[in-house]
Amino acid sequence: MSAGGTNAFAPGFYAGDRPKVVTSRFELEDSHTLQRYVATGGYEGLRKALARPATEVHDEVKSATILGRGGAGFPAGNKWALTPADVWPRYLVVNGDESEPGTYKDRLLMERDPHQLIEGCLIACYAAGLSQCFLYIRGEMALAQERVATALNDAYAAGYVGKNILGSKFSVDIVLHWGAGAYVVGEETALIESLEGNRGMPRLKPPYFPAAIGLYGQPTIVNNVETLSNLPWLMVNGAAAYTAIGTATSPGTRMVAVSGHVKRPGVYEIINGVTTFRDLLFGDEFCQGMRDGRTLKAFVPGGGSAPWFLPDQLDLPFEASQVGPAGSMLGSGAIMVMDDTTDIPKAALTLTRFYAHESCGKCTPCREGGTWLERILSRIVDGKGTDADLDQLFEVGESICPGSFPHASSERLGLGAVPFPYRMNTICFVGPSAYAPVNSALVLFREEFEARVTKRTHIPVTAVGAAQ
Amino acid sequence: MARLTEENVRLAQEIISRYPRPRSATIPLLHLAQEQDGYVTEDAMAHIGELVGASSAEVYGTASFYEMFKFHPVGRYVINICGTMSCALMGAEDLMHHAEQKLGVKMGGTTADGLITVERAECQAACTEAPCLQTNYRYSFRVTPESFDALVDDLRAGRLNDEIPAHGVVARVRQHIPADKGAGVHAPEDVKAAPAWLDGKAAL
Repeated sequence: MSAGGTNAFAPGFYAGDRPKVVTSRFELEDSHTLQRYVATGGYEGLRKALARPATEVHDEVKSATILGRGGAGFPAGNKWALTPADVWPRYLVVNGDESEPGTYKDRLLMERDPHQLIEGCLIACYAAGLSQCFLYIRGEMALAQERVATALNDAYAAGYVGKNILGSKFSVDIVLHWGAGAYVVGEETALIESLEGNRGMPRLKPPYFPAAIGLYGQPTIVNNVETLSNLPWLMVNGAAAYTAIGTATSPGTRMVAVSGHVKRPGVYEIINGVTTFRDLLFGDEFCQGMRDGRTLKAFVPGGGSAPWFLPDQLDLPFEASQVGPAGSMLGSGAIMVMDDTTDIPKAALTLTRFYAHESCGKCTPCREGGTWLERILSRIVDGKGTDADLDQLFEVGESICPGSFPHASSERLGLGAVPFPYRMNTICFVGPSAYAPVNSALVLFREEFEARVTKRTHIPVTAVGAAQ
Repeated sequence: MARLTEENVRLAQEIISRYPRPRSATIPLLHLAQEQDGYVTEDAMAHIGELVGASSAEVYGTASFYEMFKFHPVGRYVINICGTMSCALMGAEDLMHHAEQKLGVKMGGTTADGLITVERAECQAACTEAPCLQTNYRYSFRVTPESFDALVDDLRAGRLNDEIPAHGVVARVRQHIPADKGAGVHAPEDVKAAPAWLDGKAAL
């Protein structure tokens, strides 16, 4: 397998010549097997962790500052520390319900290296005193479920999971659980509801973190697949080696998927904090520029929920403290690229339809507002919109997210950036996410909407006054 | 229609035994029912309710929230064509139009021979390989009209029978925790103390 080419075992993944924390085995055909995992240093991190007191392991993770990879970017070690003292049992729920538009990395991590994830779960359970782990995999990911089930069965047989792990006093079960198709279940409290056998609707906040009250009312840590997959490497190499990669505020690596109108769309493990959007979209080791010699029109920097960026923002690095003030977020590490052939109102409609469709219906602004946004956009795209519809879109958005909504600065439009995040009238981010593409498209490309609502394709049946 | 078979009840009980609360097994058991019959029947939902301690209405309430569960018979193969952003940018709409022509049904419809149901789906996490689709949750990447036709022809000729199980079967591998290897499952109210390894010493 050449370092420059795509990967026959993981289509879309390009290894490249960069440090590898979580994708080191992706190019091995049998990377998902226990035999290959152990032969390439697997479960050594667990052995090292168990040779130290749990609190020490927890401190090591804290000092590595592994930012949560699910979207919010909350440091994993600090999240574990939010559990109330002396309330038992505590649980670990692994969020493998990856479904944010544009995002895929957790699927590859589960398909290509399931033991790495399992080892990460065990290290987290040991460090934070979590006595049972539920590994929730998205329902539609059949291969990931098969690979993780096989890996778990093999790991149990070999004594890596279950009772008295590696002959120690550490015992924990990992239960494979799988969903059935619902985007909102990626929200951690909705995930817990789903795991309790209910409709996957987010819980009212506070409490803000399930670390206080989660699964069955007990303290529960919900971590993303990629976040946990970092832990085996961290245990073997130490926090100092981890923070030596990337920057002080965004250490380590992270997985990013770039899709859309680029020459070489792909999933890449990049150095956190320093790699810029320009590197990713135009760099030779990444996407190699726009397809067919086209020019870049706009890109979504952090999954379908993120406000859009223009070419003006290309030089921003993968660093939350810079991307936020610039008007968007890094989210789940998914970039969707639009070239100059893109029909902007239609692209916005595609995303808004997604969030309107995935609204769980619990909060009115999202349930009603999302649908309204979709309907109004639909009729604009169909050439049946009016001038008033454009204001109406802002008005509906205001009911979901009151006040100014984040957007990028634009030299061409003379616009200043409005920083992320927004205020919201909903429990979770599905509602605001339905508005993000609408707001971005309308603020940054208003002329395309105006052209759509003034150019009539339908001739009125009866001219005014003609009936008399 | 059908309640769960004896063999599936045994599997159901094994699944339930892994959770501190039986109701957590609801979604896995719904998958088991769909695996058995190709869709989720009313009798199966009532049966699942009996097994996990919920009413059939509660089970239906959960089931109807999730996209994957079908309450009417569908084709042996359900083709889900992704229509979200990255796939839309790369021509998903044309692909859906082509699929409707090829199969002679609208999105959501089932072919006259009952073999194939085709649906518009949301993001399937293969965005760099757009446009993509799943057949019973198995991927096809960078789909063209030609490769779509080839897929349909292969399905019709039974050439993919080994790779793609009938609708309802998602994972073909089940987790199994041997009785002597498991750490043990306890209801939360039965756990009062910190786990044994939090004694300030190394576990190994």
